[in-house]
Amino acid sequence: MREPVLSLKGISKRYGPVPVLKDVSFDIYAGEVVALLGENGAGKSTLSGIIAGSRSPSEGSMTWLGQPYAPANPAEAIDKGVVLIHQELQLLPELSVAENVFIGRWPMKNGVVDRAQMVRRAQEQLARLNLHIPATRKVAGLSTAHQQLIEIAKALALNARLLILDEPTAALGGAETEALFEQVRKLRAEGVGIIYISHRMEEIRKITDRIIVLRDGEKVQEFADSAIPVRTIVESMVGRSLERMFPSLPEPQPKTMLEVEKLTSAEDAFRDVSFSVKAGEILGIAGLVGAGRTELVRAISGADPVASGSVKLDGEVLALKSPADAIARGIVMVPEDRKEQGLVVAHGIGENLVYANLDRFASRWLTPSAKRAFADKAIAAFGVKGRGEQPASDLSGGNQQKVVIAKWLMRDPKVVVLDEPTRGIDVGARAGIYDIIVNLARRGVAVIVVSSDLEEVLGVSNRILVLAQGNQAGILSREEANDVSVMELATL
Amino acid sequence: MSVLGINEQKHASKPSWSWLRGATGPLIGLIGLCLFLSLATDTFLSTRNGLNILDQITVLGIMSVGMTFVILIGGIDLSVGSVLALSMMVMGWTANVAGLPLGVGIVFGLAASAASGLLVGLMVTMFRVPAFIATLAMMSAARGVANMITDGQQIVGFPDWFMMLAIDRHFGALTATVFLMLVVLVVAWAFLQLRAEGRMLYAVGGNQEVARLAGINVARVTIAVYVCCAMLAGLAGIVLAARLDSVQPSSGFGYELDTIAAVVIGGTSLSGGAGGIGGTLIGVLIIGVLRNGLNLLNVSPFIQQVIIGVVIVLAVGAETVRRKRR
Repeated sequence: MREPVLSLKGISKRYGPVPVLKDVSFDIYAGEVVALLGENGAGKSTLSGIIAGSRSPSEGSMTWLGQPYAPANPAEAIDKGVVLIHQELQLLPELSVAENVFIGRWPMKNGVVDRAQMVRRAQEQLARLNLHIPATRKVAGLSTAHQQLIEIAKALALNARLLILDEPTAALGGAETEALFEQVRKLRAEGVGIIYISHRMEEIRKITDRIIVLRDGEKVQEFADSAIPVRTIVESMVGRSLERMFPSLPEPQPKTMLEVEKLTSAEDAFRDVSFSVKAGEILGIAGLVGAGRTELVRAISGADPVASGSVKLDGEVLALKSPADAIARGIVMVPEDRKEQGLVVAHGIGENLVYANLDRFASRWLTPSAKRAFADKAIAAFGVKGRGEQPASDLSGGNQQKVVIAKWLMRDPKVVVLDEPTRGIDVGARAGIYDIIVNLARRGVAVIVVSSDLEEVLGVSNRILVLAQGNQAGILSREEANDVSVMELATL
Repeated sequence: MSVLGINEQKHASKPSWSWLRGATGPLIGLIGLCLFLSLATDTFLSTRNGLNILDQITVLGIMSVGMTFVILIGGIDLSVGSVLALSMMVMGWTANVAGLPLGVGIVFGLAASAASGLLVGLMVTMFRVPAFIATLAMMSAARGVANMITDGQQIVGFPDWFMMLAIDRHFGALTATVFLMLVVLVVAWAFLQLRAEGRMLYAVGGNQEVARLAGINVARVTIAVYVCCAMLAGLAGIVLAARLDSVQPSSGFGYELDTIAAVVIGGTSLSGGAGGIGGTLIGVLIIGVLRNGLNLLNVSPFIQQVIIGVVIVLAVGAETVRRKRR
């Protein structure tokens, strides 16, 4: 009988009177990858915080290698060999890779930092992860995937025996994800225990050995084998059976709303892209990371410059020099990074709704009551769970996204571009976003949806434009499109 | 029904305090300071002294409004002290050397300060020079130009009506300059709270990219803010000229630091997007009352500097701690 490295017994956590974790118990063994699943708010991050020492439980106990384990802070957990790798990478871009790996724990010799040793040992860890970059180069300019691996190297340099990976693939493309998995498997073979948090079902089935599902702070299910249908997993997460994830799509109207011809990016992110979107049609844009999807839709929305080509709205050629130009013509974008591009998270929900509509108030007094009336209307129309004066940071990802969408829809746009509309949003809330997207199409809006989630693009699009390395690889009709045909084009 | 009732109560209780958002700590500090000085001195608590304080804070008050705008959009302006000197020297030269009416001098002074603000705004937006550097450069350049105008000499002797702006108490209370400061404060408050253009400052300071993607012309807002700040510094220079009945190119030396201090004490965040005029008014009053009170207590000006330093740290530290607890 093998011993678990970490075991949790009856862990509970309350913030004030609000319970966020209720009596959670499980074991983690050396050399296994365990998925920790749950909707946002299910308690995953609280639980990983407790394991990694950034929070302490209200009740319950943990043991680590047979010894009682109650880390008071992350440093104590790291000393024991438990390292949490956050979703947002925490590297210092202007320092070298080696320095990042040993930050705070620089190897010393004669009272000074022993750079030679630091570089050598960092290089060893990089080699262990099959990452062939010089440890002396600075982090700035490295791809997200490489940065992710450096974070892992950092953990390995600390002799981590348990890694907690919080959505490690959120910003990675298909090939990069595969490379990361290879390293995860290698670490598993070396006997490192791994807790893997992700929203992507396919990945979880691929990489993890066991699945622990949390719902409303409780462990609702433990699957001893990850080879079970996605539907079963999702159903246990949301606690109800899913009839269908995607609403049925309306028939596009005959009128062409948006026409893009031979559009080429000023920064060479994409070349000669041509397509059109009808009123009431949803065009999906698929492709690997770096294919130029985001850049393409940013250019259409006036956020990035174009070198050549044209964008026609309703048959009229537009000169888009800034987002303001596009917005004035009725093209609006829900950007990929909600917290950095979509919302001022520290400001109120009402404020955020107003920011996108300031021109409507240009000649009027923006009294508190006018602002509140405007915000309340938007909040009610889109089912946002919150009040106008609450800061946007209080909201869950799904509700934040609804605010970003709502701020635009108050303007009755003609074209709505959504870049990664459900990134970081839990499965239950995604359905709400899909409903909004499809309802837009029903109202005759031309909709463009960019997504790395293949299932999502396939589910909500009438047609799919596939980009590969900045080139237009093809446009697939709903009938032609499936995961194989899209991936074939994307990897051209 | 009951749910609605609760919501409305919350809504109703909010606005009366909202202008002070983030500045309740400084307000308590200000009240405490006034209480202490009322007990410690015989002279502090009098109408006369109150009016004196108002007279003493006019220059700082007007400059701090412009600085609030700049700091709200996440910028900084180190040039306000020099721009103040430039504005007053241009005014003095126009009126006393070129012999034009003083009114024209005032307009020229304001135009000169607007031009320096425009230059800073262009440097920050078009050439992406960090605001700290652009305004540091302007701080030096504007001071240089102010000195060049008279080769470092002061200009004295303006029409009586000009001096009386800072002396004559209308309705037995307010001088024209104090009245001007109050108007600037009220207009700026209304602009920030109630106008779409004012809210743009909060959006830009909160997150530039969000603001740009929301269709706000970030460059235009930024330039306008630096022009506005410089013009208010120029206006403060004219007020100072009226108070001193003279203009000299060394005026306003170090004022940028007092101004930034007042804004920061008032709870406006140096990272932008949070704060407002209500807090700045309290910050200005704290500095004004502190200076006045310490003078009444015969504290040496050197120790006063130390005390103001301590107050800045206490005010900002207390606010940060309070926010964390919440």
